[in-house]
Amino acid sequence: MVIVPPSIDLAAVGPELILTGAASLLLLVGVFLKEQSRFLNPWIALLGVILAAGCASSSLFPHTTFQGMYAADLFTRFFKLLFLLGTGMTILISIKYTADEQIEHAEYYALLLFATIGMMLMAAASDLVTVFLGIETLSLSLYVLAGYTRTRLVSNEASLKYFLLGGFATGFLLYGIALIYGSTGHTNLAKIAYAVSHGNLNTGLLTIGALLLLVGLGFKVAAVPFHQWTPDVYQGAPIPVTAFMSAGPKAAVLAVMIRVFEQSIAFMNVDWTVWITILAILTMTVGNIAALVQSDAKRMLAFSSISHAGYAMVGMAAASREGSSAVLYYMLVYTFMNIGAFGILALVARQNEQRTAMRDFTGFAYKNPALAFIMTILVFSLAGIPPMAGFMAKFYIFMSAIKAGQNFLVLAAVLNSAIGIYYYLRFAIYMYMKEDEAPSTLPPLRASLGLILALVISLYGVIRLGVLPAEYLDFAGKALLTF
Amino acid sequence: MDMPVPLHHYLILSGILFSVGVVGVLTRRNAIVVYMCIELMLNSVNLTLIAFSRQLGDLNGQLFTFMVMAVAAAEAAVGLGIIIALFRNRQSVDVDDVNLLKG
Amino acid sequence: MLNQYIPVLVMTLAACGTAAGMIIATTIIGPKREFEEKMEPFECGVSPVSDPKSRFGVRFYLVAMLFIVFDIEAVFLFPWAAVFRELGMFGLVEMLVFILVLTVGLAYVWKKGALEWE
Repeated sequence: MVIVPPSIDLAAVGPELILTGAASLLLLVGVFLKEQSRFLNPWIALLGVILAAGCASSSLFPHTTFQGMYAADLFTRFFKLLFLLGTGMTILISIKYTADEQIEHAEYYALLLFATIGMMLMAAASDLVTVFLGIETLSLSLYVLAGYTRTRLVSNEASLKYFLLGGFATGFLLYGIALIYGSTGHTNLAKIAYAVSHGNLNTGLLTIGALLLLVGLGFKVAAVPFHQWTPDVYQGAPIPVTAFMSAGPKAAVLAVMIRVFEQSIAFMNVDWTVWITILAILTMTVGNIAALVQSDAKRMLAFSSISHAGYAMVGMAAASREGSSAVLYYMLVYTFMNIGAFGILALVARQNEQRTAMRDFTGFAYKNPALAFIMTILVFSLAGIPPMAGFMAKFYIFMSAIKAGQNFLVLAAVLNSAIGIYYYLRFAIYMYMKEDEAPSTLPPLRASLGLILALVISLYGVIRLGVLPAEYLDFAGKALLTF
Repeated sequence: MDMPVPLHHYLILSGILFSVGVVGVLTRRNAIVVYMCIELMLNSVNLTLIAFSRQLGDLNGQLFTFMVMAVAAAEAAVGLGIIIALFRNRQSVDVDDVNLLKG
Repeated sequence: MLNQYIPVLVMTLAACGTAAGMIIATTIIGPKREFEEKMEPFECGVSPVSDPKSRFGVRFYLVAMLFIVFDIEAVFLFPWAAVFRELGMFGLVEMLVFILVLTVGLAYVWKKGALEWE
C-alpha cells in the first residue's frame, strides 16, 4: 500500500508560519539573551506581524488545502488582516504598559502571536477539526495572558475563571461537534452541507449537536446568557490584553459562526436564525443595561463589548450575504476603535491599574486636550454617532436585517444604540464638563510612541471607514463571494 | 459495521459521563476537582467520537480524538499553572474564595 | 503459521533475560550497605507512612505538567510509526518538523530551568 501525501499548500498558511517562527524566536531570545535585550521583544513581534500581513495581502486563488481542512479564500484573508491589525495595535499599546508593570517578557508577546495564529486557523477553518484546534490555540494563549500580571490577585482570578469556564465551554463545543459528526458522518463543512441537504439523517441528533455547538461558540463570543465570565475576566486581565480579547477573538468566533451556520447547518430544516435572533437581542440588551450602571471604565467597556457582539449577531441573523459582509465590516471598525479606546484607558490607569474608574477621567481634557479629543472621537464612534465609522458599521448591519425582514430585531438594536449613546457620552462629560475637585499631585500623563502610533491607526480607521466606507465595504463584500 | 456492543450503549454511557462532568463543574468548589470534571466531559466526547467512528467505518472520528487528547494535555498544563499561580498568592484553590471581582 | 511468532518469542526471552540479568548482576557485583531507611519500601523519595492530606511541593506539579505535555505528543508518533514505510519521505519530513517544534519547546523549558529540581 502506498499512501499518497496530501496536497499541502504552504503558501496559504504563510502568515501562520511567519508568526510561528517569530513566536518561537521570541521564546528562544527570551531565554538565551540577557535581560538587557528585553526592549527588543515587542519589536520582534511587530516585525512578525508586519511580515505576516505582507504575506497575507498577497494575491491568492481561492481554494481549500490540507485535505479540505483549510480554506484559503478571500474570507480568510479579510480576517487574517483584521487579526493582524488587532495584534499590531495591541503590541503598540503594550510596549509602555509591559515596561511599567515589569512584565516585558518575551512570553507575553509570543503568546499574543500564538493567539493570533489560533484566530487565523478559526477564520480559515473549513473543517470542524480545524475549528477546534484554532479555538483551543487561541483560548490557551488567552487563559495565560489574562493572568499575566502574576502578582496581582485580580489577574489570577480572571485567569482561573476564564480557564474553568472556557474549558467548560470547550466541552459543549466538542460534544456538539461529536453529535454532528455522528449524524452526518463528516467533520468537513462542505461534506456536512452535502449530507444535510441530500441525506436522510438523524435530524434530532444533528439539531442537538448544532445547538451544543452554538452554546460553545456563544461562550467564546460572550453572548448572553453565556457571558458571565466576561466582565470579570475583562476587568481582571491587563488592559492591553483586555483590548486584544475584545476585538480579534470575537471576530474569530463570528467568522466560525458564519462559516458553520451559513455554510453547513443552513441546509438543515430547522430555522437557526431564530436562535441567533434570541441570542442577539439578549446580548445587546443585557450588555447595554449592565454597562449603564458601571462606575469603573474598564468594566463598562467590558459590558459594552458584550453588546457590540450582539450588534454583530444582528447581521448574522439576517442570514444573507449582505448581512455577513456587514458583520465583517463591523468587526473591522470595532477593532480600530476599541483598541484605541483601551490604549487611552491604559494611559489614564497609570501604574498597576490603580485608576480605572470613570471619575479618573475627570478634567482629562484640560490636562491632555489632544488625547481627550481622540478619546471623544473614539467613544462617539463606539456609540455610533455619525460621521464616525461606528455609525456606518451599525447602519449596514441594521439595513441588512431590515432587508431580511427582521424588523423587531432592528427595533431592539436601535433602542439599544440609544442606551449606548448615553453611557459612552459619560466619558465626554467626565473629561470636559467636570473640574478636578482637588488639584492632583500625580505626575502629568504623557503618551508613549507606541500609544501615539496605535491612536493614529485607530483615528485613521474610524474616520476613513466612516467617511469613505465604499472601498472597505467592497473588500468585506468580496470576502463573502468566494466562500 | 458490525458491533458486538450496539452504538446506543456507548452513546448513553458517554451522555451519562458528560452529564456527571457538567454537574461536577457546577457543584464542586475545588478548582482542581472542577478541572477534573471538565476532563471528564472531554473524555466522554472522545468516547462518543470513537463509537461513531466505529459505527460509520470512518477514521476521522479517531483522528479527532487524537487532537482532543493532545489539546486536553496542553490545557491540563496551562490549567495547573494557573491554579498554582493563584495558590501562591492566596494559599487556597477553592473557587468560592475567588471573589475579588464581582460576578 | 506459528513461525511468525518466533520474533515475538525471541523478543520476550531477550526482555526477560535482560531484566533477570540486571537483577542478578547487581545482587552479585553491587556493594551492600544496608541501613534502616534504605530497607523501607521505596516511594519516590517520599516517606511511606504519612498523613495523606499533607501537601506536595509545587515542583512535583511542574514536572507533572511538563511530563503530560511532552508525553501526549507521542500520541501522534504511534499512527505515524504504523504507516512509516508507506508514507515515505513525506512522512519523515513532516515528523521531523513536528519534532523540531517540540525541540524548541524543550530548549525553552531547559534553559528556563524548569528541569532543575532545586
